[in-house]
Amino acid sequence: MHPATSVIIFTALSGLGFGMMVFLGLGMLDVSGWVAFVFVAISFALAGGGLLSSLFHLGHPERFLMAFSQWRSSWLSREGILSMAAMGLFGIYALLWIFMDNRIPVLGYVAAFLSVLTIFSTSMIYAQMKSVPRWHTPMTAVLYLLYGFAGGALLTTQVALAGWLMLALAIAQIVTWVQGDGAFAKAGSDMGTATGLGFLGKVRLLEKPHTGSNYLMSEMIHVIGRKHILKLRIIALTLGSLIPAVLLLALDAGHMVALIVILIHLVGLFTQRWLFFAEAEHVVGLYYGQR
Amino acid sequence: MTTLPKSTEKKLGLVIDLDTCVGCHACVISCKEWNTSNYGAPLSDMDAYGADPSGTFLNRVHTFEVQKENKPAQVIHFPKSCLHCEDAPCVTVCPTGASYKRVEDGIVLVNEDACIGCGLCAWACPYGAREMDAAEGVMKKCTLCVDRIYNENIPEEDRVPSCVRTCPAGARHFGDFADPESNVSILTAERSGFDLMPEQGTKPVNKYLPPRPKADIEETNILAPLLARQPEETGGFLGWLDRTLEKL
Repeated sequence: MHPATSVIIFTALSGLGFGMMVFLGLGMLDVSGWVAFVFVAISFALAGGGLLSSLFHLGHPERFLMAFSQWRSSWLSREGILSMAAMGLFGIYALLWIFMDNRIPVLGYVAAFLSVLTIFSTSMIYAQMKSVPRWHTPMTAVLYLLYGFAGGALLTTQVALAGWLMLALAIAQIVTWVQGDGAFAKAGSDMGTATGLGFLGKVRLLEKPHTGSNYLMSEMIHVIGRKHILKLRIIALTLGSLIPAVLLLALDAGHMVALIVILIHLVGLFTQRWLFFAEAEHVVGLYYGQR
Repeated sequence: MTTLPKSTEKKLGLVIDLDTCVGCHACVISCKEWNTSNYGAPLSDMDAYGADPSGTFLNRVHTFEVQKENKPAQVIHFPKSCLHCEDAPCVTVCPTGASYKRVEDGIVLVNEDACIGCGLCAWACPYGAREMDAAEGVMKKCTLCVDRIYNENIPEEDRVPSCVRTCPAGARHFGDFADPESNVSILTAERSGFDLMPEQGTKPVNKYLPPRPKADIEETNILAPLLARQPEETGGFLGWLDRTLEKL
């Protein structure tokens, strides 16, 4: 799949923002006043910035309000509604916290729960795609949630918790790759089933439908950069979760260490998101003799 | 509403005969001509006369080569457009309700005024039946020529999808699969029509008819006569001539 910058930024940043809201909503981080304001502002900038970035992916962003209407069937619609609900409720919680110094636990818990659901629904946009076997697994949801929780814990200074979550994330990431590498074959689609001609012998593409490229090929058949996949996986794994886990659990993390860990995690996170799209193979590639 | 209807009154769709299709691409052209000038936004071309031309098409013809071991290869032209699936994954993912499946005839359509161009439906379709128009920023797909098949302003013989009307080989058939006596139902039953990627669970309405079996001949190696060993020694007059000429 084509790794669109706006979508990578959207999933990465909004995951972090809602991850922060989870821990702030649960009443962690014992601060108040301006310090509380700074943390709340960062969470809103990440969540809101990510959502705004997703609008740049649209052909008609001015019609985005219509996207809140189909929650009965569409995960994208659900994500839109849940994100607004989570941010709205967390906003009220944060205002009372910052200006009245009054953290209402129930309000925070509900906002945290909605934030979890938001991250989950983001993951389901991808996990629901049967046409992309690598995404079509519960591990996609596990991974998105763990990235949100680990990053959110880190950004809300829950050092030990963040360390253990990073470790869990590393394991989940490895499991996802191992499982994902066999997903396409396991889904059972090949050029024989795609054309229905498998019973006649081995199928190969003799001629593409057009001499030029097309939307399907540029959007679904992204092969650039696949040759560097192993290196990129190592970067994503070590920077995204392993090194942060070690630093957080082994060192007595002060502000400086935390800042460095955040920067390292961000590089790993963005590499992982790029890979998440670039590695994913859509079955439509079979009609073009490609993966 | 992007939830799918439990069942539809009719199941309109196409039968595509892979035995008959000659790969002329006339259906591609007539589809583009009709649909660029009728329902919804036109089907744009990008850089049409430049170095890297591309464009929106609702119907494309791929060509495949199929070969069994030690048998001659077989070339099969393969037109592909929306299959108007009963369990269409492209419809349920749509966040705005722009994508829908009609209860009355099962046609899957896009209401372009409500499309935000997120592209999710194109991702959800395993067949590559939906293409985002680069000029309009909305999703385009086969409408089964919904503006022809019910159109009382055109002659009756034209009230079929444009691709079906134009096919010079008669490889495309249009009809109602819900009616077991319809032309398409009978064709599918008699010629063992099949679904594309049944493992995706989309329950496509459109069916493909397999190529008829060919005569069972062995693969021929065109280089065989050239590679055959020539006799090394020839006796008699020709042998003497060969040796003499060799010496010259």
